[in-house]
Formats: sequence, C-alpha cells, structure tokens
Amino acid sequence: MKPGFALLLSSLSAALVAFALTAPSVVAADKVDPVADAKAFQNFYFQKFPNVKHEDFVNGPYSLNEGMKRQWLEKEEFPPYEFALDAGKEMFATPFKNGKTYADCFPNGGLGIRQNYPYFDTKEGKVVTLELALNRCREANGEQPYSYVKDEMASLTAYMAFTSRGKPMDIKIPDDPRALEAFESGKRYFYTRRGQLNFSCASCHVQSPGERIRAEVLAPALGILNAMPIYRSEWSGMGTISRRFMTCNSQTRAVPLEPQSDEYRDVEYFLSYVANGLPISGPGARP
Amino acid sequence: MKRTLTLTMLLALSLAPSARASNEAEYKAAYAAAEAASKEAAGMRNQWTTTVSTLATAKKAGDGGDYDGAVAAAKEAEALAKASVFQATSEKEAWKAMEIR
Repeated sequence: MKPGFALLLSSLSAALVAFALTAPSVVAADKVDPVADAKAFQNFYFQKFPNVKHEDFVNGPYSLNEGMKRQWLEKEEFPPYEFALDAGKEMFATPFKNGKTYADCFPNGGLGIRQNYPYFDTKEGKVVTLELALNRCREANGEQPYSYVKDEMASLTAYMAFTSRGKPMDIKIPDDPRALEAFESGKRYFYTRRGQLNFSCASCHVQSPGERIRAEVLAPALGILNAMPIYRSEWSGMGTISRRFMTCNSQTRAVPLEPQSDEYRDVEYFLSYVANGLPISGPGARP
Repeated sequence: MKRTLTLTMLLALSLAPSARASNEAEYKAAYAAAEAASKEAAGMRNQWTTTVSTLATAKKAGDGGDYDGAVAAAKEAEALAKASVFQATSEKEAWKAMEIR
C-alpha cells in the first residue's frame, strides 16, 4: 500500500469514527424532551436557592426575600384580591341567559381544576388556557367574551384558582408531535430576547431572580404562573396571565402580542409544565 | 495660505448638503423606507414600541411641515426597525445559549 493512500484511508477512518461519536449528541440536542427540560429547570432553582422550600417558589419574590415575605404574610390577613375573589365566586354561580353556568363547561363543575390548565387539545391541535376556555364557555352559551386582561376574567380565574389551592400543577403533554412543538415553541419564546432592551423572559426570571430591578425583587420563573391571577400594587388592580405577559413585553419595549396568541398560549404551556408538582397558590398579591 | 483656503472650501462644501433643509419628497422617501422596515419587523412578530412611536413622531412632523425633524425621525425609526429585524433573525438560534439544560 502506498504511504499516501494509507494516510488518506486512516484519515477517512478517523473522520468516520468522529462522526459516529458526535452524531448521537447532535440528534439528542435537537430532540424535544419535556421531562428532562422540567427536571433541569427545577434543579436549576433548587440548587441556586438551596434554602428555599420547593413549594415556596410559587410565592415569587417573597420566597427569596425575608423582609418582603413577612410583609406579604401580614397582608394576607386582608388580601387585596379578596374583592375579585368574591366577585368571581358570584359570577361563577350566576347562570347565563340560557340558564346554564360555567360549571356546565368544565370537568368537576369547574372547581379544583386550575392545576390542569393549560392543556393541549388534540382535536384543535393547540394549547387551551383557562382564560380561553372561560371565554369559549361564554360564547358557546350566547354571551360576549370578556377582556383577557383584567376585571371579570381576573375575578373568574381568581375564584377557580382559589378552589384549587394546594393542588400540584399537573400539566400533561400528550404523545402528539404538535403538543411537543407547542412546548418547544413556548420554550423558544421564553428564552428569546426581544424589545429594544434586548431582554428575554429568562433575562429577569432565570438570570436574576432575587435581584432588584429598581424597587422590585425579581421573581423566579419556576412556579411563576401557579400564583396567577394576581393583584399588583403597580397596576392598582387584578391582572391575568395574559396581562402579565403583555406587561413584560412592554417593559422590554417590545410591542405585546394579542392576548391568547399562539405564542402566549405556548409559553404558558411551557412555564406551567416545568412547574409540575408545585402547588397552585393563586390568586396572589405582588408589589 | 493657499492650502488652508482650499481646505476651508472643501469643508464648507462637505457641510453644505447637511445644512440644506429637507423637502417633502425626502421626507416621504425616508418615511416609506422606515415603514417598510417596520412592517418587516411586525411580520416577524418582533416590533419594538420605540419604532412605532418614532414613526409616529416622523409622521406628525411631516404633516406639520417640519421636514428636517420628519426625516431625522424617519431615519431613526428605520434604524430601530432594522435593529429589531436583526434581533429576530439572530435570536432564531441565539436563544438556545440561554436555555437551562
């Protein structure tokens, strides 16, 4: 065998071995694996804040700041979301013009089910959030849909969350490529930088939880939706998950998307799934 | 002396175009370019609030006959829109660097 040919052959063999070794890891990196993602997501926070009880992450900034937590616990004696909660309870029980109620639209009469939302609807091929399901219920019964941002929608979801308090988040991803794509799309949205300030959701809630941004303490992303809807002092009122996403976008100087756009539905799916196992604590109160 | 005079004349000539007031046609061209870039950003679902407000400033100035202000604002809006398009394009892959694994 000529030396040149032997060299070529050995180089080719080495290249093939190298390809064989690297190829599986390339495939693995592209594979959507929600279980591994959720585990890594939770471990990140558990390791970053080893002294915080796992179930406490759902209390946002209060889980990371002792002074704020004491103030919040005192405020919980007369919580600012109480009016919305009472209004939501009444609205939930009041029949539509056709005599039906919200209870007719949901499993278990709509009580204690917050932890199962959002879910992936295999018929529609999309994520369905609780806010969306509530408005669909209204429309199916001949009523006008509510604003997704506040007021009535916040009251209704506050009541439904309250009846689910303490139940562990339990989001399912069915064996459907569209569901995996929705999860991946939500993850992509969460980590994508946007707005003139070039911030992603993760810039604040992964890279800097517990840090101050002006007078506020940034909440961890883990369990951030378990407390929704929330009364925010900054808003002087209640706000839904839609309102939270839209406000975050505006704060980075990005034009918010439409409430219940596919992107918002998907990021809600992602954030809820990675919080599986953590208790529902909504409605919440935040500075 | 002769050299200094030449340099002064060259400097004066180079400044002359920027000192000239903008006209309506220049404003319309600058606004159309900014609007096109802004539409591209919106199509990528990555519009910036500052692009929208700066574009509105340009229109208001143009409608009021302040073409210098209108051209300046339109050019700024175009730059903002192009930056947002660049952001959306680069983030198609760059987001992965931030992911918790």
